[in-house]
Amino acid sequence: MEPLNQWLAALLEGNVIFTPQTLGYYWTGLVTTAQLVFLSLLVGLVLAVPLAILRGSKHRWIKLPVYFYTYVFRGTPLLVQLYIIYYGVVFVDGIQQSMFWPILKEAFYPALIAFTLNTAAYTTEIFHGAIKATSRGEIEAARAYGMSQGLTMRRIILPSAFRRALPAYGNEVIFMLHASAIASVVTLMDITGAARFVYARYYAPFEAFIFAALIYLCLTFMILYFFRYLEKRLLAHLKPLNGT
Amino acid sequence: MKKLLTVSLLGLAMAAGNAQARDYDHVRFGVDVPYEPMEYRTPEGELTGFDIELGNALCEEIGVTCEWIEQEWDGIIPGLLSRKYDAIMSSMTINDERRATVLFSDPYITPPSAWFAPEEADIDEPSTENLDGLTIGVQRGTLQDNYVTDHYGDVADISRYSTADDMVLDMEAERLDIVFLDFPVGKSTLLDSEEREYKVVGEMITEPKEYFGDGFGIAFRPRDEALAERFNEALATLKENGTYDEIYQRYFEK
Repeated sequence: MEPLNQWLAALLEGNVIFTPQTLGYYWTGLVTTAQLVFLSLLVGLVLAVPLAILRGSKHRWIKLPVYFYTYVFRGTPLLVQLYIIYYGVVFVDGIQQSMFWPILKEAFYPALIAFTLNTAAYTTEIFHGAIKATSRGEIEAARAYGMSQGLTMRRIILPSAFRRALPAYGNEVIFMLHASAIASVVTLMDITGAARFVYARYYAPFEAFIFAALIYLCLTFMILYFFRYLEKRLLAHLKPLNGT
Repeated sequence: MKKLLTVSLLGLAMAAGNAQARDYDHVRFGVDVPYEPMEYRTPEGELTGFDIELGNALCEEIGVTCEWIEQEWDGIIPGLLSRKYDAIMSSMTINDERRATVLFSDPYITPPSAWFAPEEADIDEPSTENLDGLTIGVQRGTLQDNYVTDHYGDVADISRYSTADDMVLDMEAERLDIVFLDFPVGKSTLLDSEEREYKVVGEMITEPKEYFGDGFGIAFRPRDEALAERFNEALATLKENGTYDEIYQRYFEK
């Protein structure tokens, strides 16, 4: 740690804006953004799979509520959802005394809830589309083998739907990373929050935001790379055999 | 030839410089609203406050028309430099950090900063031990933000807000333990609030000068020296003829 500190001090010597303190803010910002985005995507994904199946149900009273949920969350800006969840809940009578308050008190959890519900709605629609696009032949073949509906879903439909949804889902992950930039409006110190702090303190919009942009670029690059790797592995059967 | 070119370019630059330091007959002020009682909107939606009234009186004295342009605090100096408006009159404290970027008028008021906490909070003195683990609210990019960040950034959680309004809302929601604000603003938004009882914690704070500066001033672009001078003269006149006192009493001695 010591040589690293020395190296950093030497590198930053004479730099007014990028001091160890501001770099510290960017670092905590990076950690906050990564936690927010990762957790919301994870929970959103877990929610989205059953919701996507229900969304394709034949029963109207199962299908419609899910459709309503995705419609509302895809039809309103994430910023508005965040404001409602963060500032809106405090006007609910007695919320401060309720058991939920320790969670809603922090800025992190309202943001996490808003992001999770938002990404779950989009992911549900992505998966629903992929499930619907399963070829009839595969399903009929499974039925002919005597598979039940549940087994068909589990063994045939979902695995192929996941693969088909992969490119679209990769985009959703990147959109979520970029959408997380609004977390700073509810006082969270994410990457953008750190940039706004540096901007306001040193009146240096270019340095502050370009540095933040570079961090986002790096993160996006890692996500792209990860999804390209996944696609290569999972969609290998779609490539021409002798192809390049 | 080269010399001639340099000379003519220089002449051009000077002409342009002169054109920029023009005599204003219309001054646009950047202001961050709301910051009661310095600048806020009445229930009818009209912009008012100490800064607004004093600013209008100054403009009248100088004989220019003026206009108020709203701008969030964290972008207010960049906005001045990029010519979105010609001056900032928005409770801006004069300090060296800002002096490096903008030109200030003489101070027109010198209010202290103060800590505000709910009445029932058992904190009587802001100190490193007492603030340990608490959540402090400040407005992002203000001198209060700088002060709190440098003094208590290691022990307390600091929540930074874009507007003072959001901060007061979170104070009422019990998300914040204590806030650090310009005293007049805290008085009219928290002490006079009907939602909850608040108190001032510890003394009014005006030191050290490197943070708390020399009072509020009007900020101009550095090249607008002539304009700043006109405002300084007008301010002196208003202080002499009683207009200043009249406006002051309307906002601070109720």
